[in-house]
Amino acid sequence: MSVLVNKNSKVIVQGFTGSEGTFHAEQMIAYGTNVVGGVTPGKGGSTHLNKPVFNSVQEAVDKAGANVSIIFVPPAFAADAIMEAANAGIGVIVCITEGIPVNDMVKVKEYIKAFNCRLIGPNCPGVISADEAKVGIMPGFVFKKGRIGIVSKSGTLTYEAADQVAKAGLGISTAIGIGGDPIIGTTTKEAVELLMNDPDTDGIVMIGEIGGNLEAIAARWIKENGNKPVVGFIAGETAPKGRTMGHAGAIVGGHDDTAEAKKRILKDCGIHVVDSPAQIGNKMAEIIGVTA
Amino acid sequence: MNLHEYQGKSILQKFGVSVQRGVVVDKIEDAVASAKKLTEETGTSWYVVKAQIHAGGRGKGKVQETDSNGVVLAKGIDHVEEKVKGILGGHLVTAQTNGKGKKVNKVLIAEDVYYPGVSEPSEFYMSVLLDREKGRNIIMYSTEGGMDIETVAEKTPHLIFKEEIDPRVGIQGFQARKIAFNLGLSGDAFKQMTIFVTKLYQAYEGCDASMFEINPVLKTSDNKVIAVDAKVTLDGNALYRHPDYAAMRDISEEDPLDVEAGEAGLNFVKLDGNVACMVNGAGLAMATMDIIKYSGGNPANFLDVGGTADAERVEKAFHIILKDPNVKAILINIFGGIVRCDRVAQGVVDAYKNIGNIPVPIIVRLQGTNAVEAKKLIDESGLNVHSAVLLQEAADKVKQVLA
Repeated sequence: MSVLVNKNSKVIVQGFTGSEGTFHAEQMIAYGTNVVGGVTPGKGGSTHLNKPVFNSVQEAVDKAGANVSIIFVPPAFAADAIMEAANAGIGVIVCITEGIPVNDMVKVKEYIKAFNCRLIGPNCPGVISADEAKVGIMPGFVFKKGRIGIVSKSGTLTYEAADQVAKAGLGISTAIGIGGDPIIGTTTKEAVELLMNDPDTDGIVMIGEIGGNLEAIAARWIKENGNKPVVGFIAGETAPKGRTMGHAGAIVGGHDDTAEAKKRILKDCGIHVVDSPAQIGNKMAEIIGVTA
Repeated sequence: MNLHEYQGKSILQKFGVSVQRGVVVDKIEDAVASAKKLTEETGTSWYVVKAQIHAGGRGKGKVQETDSNGVVLAKGIDHVEEKVKGILGGHLVTAQTNGKGKKVNKVLIAEDVYYPGVSEPSEFYMSVLLDREKGRNIIMYSTEGGMDIETVAEKTPHLIFKEEIDPRVGIQGFQARKIAFNLGLSGDAFKQMTIFVTKLYQAYEGCDASMFEINPVLKTSDNKVIAVDAKVTLDGNALYRHPDYAAMRDISEEDPLDVEAGEAGLNFVKLDGNVACMVNGAGLAMATMDIIKYSGGNPANFLDVGGTADAERVEKAFHIILKDPNVKAILINIFGGIVRCDRVAQGVVDAYKNIGNIPVPIIVRLQGTNAVEAKKLIDESGLNVHSAVLLQEAADKVKQVLA
């Protein structure tokens, strides 16, 4: 098994017929993801990439049994798309869209509490369970099958970590890109917890960055409940205070959300912290006892 | 997006929040006439002249050219021109600016609100912001107004209160009353505070702000409650639904290089180091800055070129980076996923040739799709470009060129 998505997931694409949705749906299908269709309001009944197009998520659930959705709709409509998916009973909602207004997400976060669903993102690369399902925009070939889980706020830094893990003689079970926005559906701690409980994951790479306290909360949880080794990296040691570094959430506000403070907390909680991002893979291999 | 005090106050007023009234002036000649008009509207006979810059600490800050503070009191219409002269057009240095200070292009001439009356005036602190952990907006407030809130948080944390707002229903009456009680108010002032807080929160949601900081909120001697200052930051992602606020952007307050980069679709932040970088993805960009430090350098910038690192973008990024005379080397770090490395490599080579001579060594690290072809392309280009595949290799090469 793996977490969140696997070869049995029935995936739909919201914003299916748009350029982003089309491009990445093709890539996901090529990877072997079980894409059962897509949603574009007003284009229901047609087909796109040889898959059915539905007018609503509810229709996709009723007719195609969809249980996972990936969202590519523009920022002004993304909050609506997430709520529609939750309302229709989708279990795992992955929102790739970048640039959703924060106050929209405040409302979304509250709204989806009433439903049995898990939101990943927004502003994230998605989720991949190696050789089973890619529900995201990551380059699939980098994620060689194995038994290491990854939790990360960032896209390309996730690919970097997966590549290093593979080059060190290991591989990936599931990689979860939780996103870099101030409000996200699944926190670092929740993603780590999923991987801790996954029998097919032996070790976890946790990649964070400046801003907020998600990594600190995850670290304290790991200290109490962890049963697998965790390698941690926090990006942004050299970022100045008060300037946003690309991700809307990556901004140093107080004393506790600098890279230095976070690394100290992680170390105190028994996490194997690497200072250089070039050492993520080697560190994990050293702990697991594998040589490439 | 940050706003000036006068812009923030104009938004607050639109939502019915009481503010200290004022007029904005950008020419000394207009100062006296504007002040007279303010007196007609408000009855004030004293005036507070306030520099309008995007930085806090104006009151204690000094204008370099005149030694005036950034906020001064003019005790009568005869003193207005002289006080405005001391600030307008000068460079104001505060605890939040650099040593050169910020040029003051506008001043706000505001009414005096600390007049004597039936009771003593008192100052409070109030802000509205997102509690990221809870995913909800909160109102943070304190009896210790007019002071630096970080100092209050350090020395007397029990004097800072927080009220969490449920996004489904917004601020409720009992919450506004609790805030007014906690601030020690009664009678008329109590009632005015409940109105102030309610409207303030509604303004926060209504204008899609990401931060309000009102310091001080003043209870006047005749029991009115008003915002004397307003630090308003709007959510850049929500500006599409507020074109009138988007037009309030003051580019002169921003670093010109950041503005140029933004126009080219690059996410750029200028820093003070000696090794520039060009990366795809914000997280990897921060990690690359960290690698530079571990290689003995200091990052000269943050630069995320985004998903499409084509020749045109790479060339623009080069132009922006090379404007900084402190740059001794450039590290390009691209993890090719959807974007192919050989295309990026070709982009680097083409951009290099278009620019002509780049006077500093370049280290290009390309990993991911078609990385091998990309390395070959770089190695055979005959340019002053070092290629690397692993991140550690790139770090080692940075160390070499700095040595």
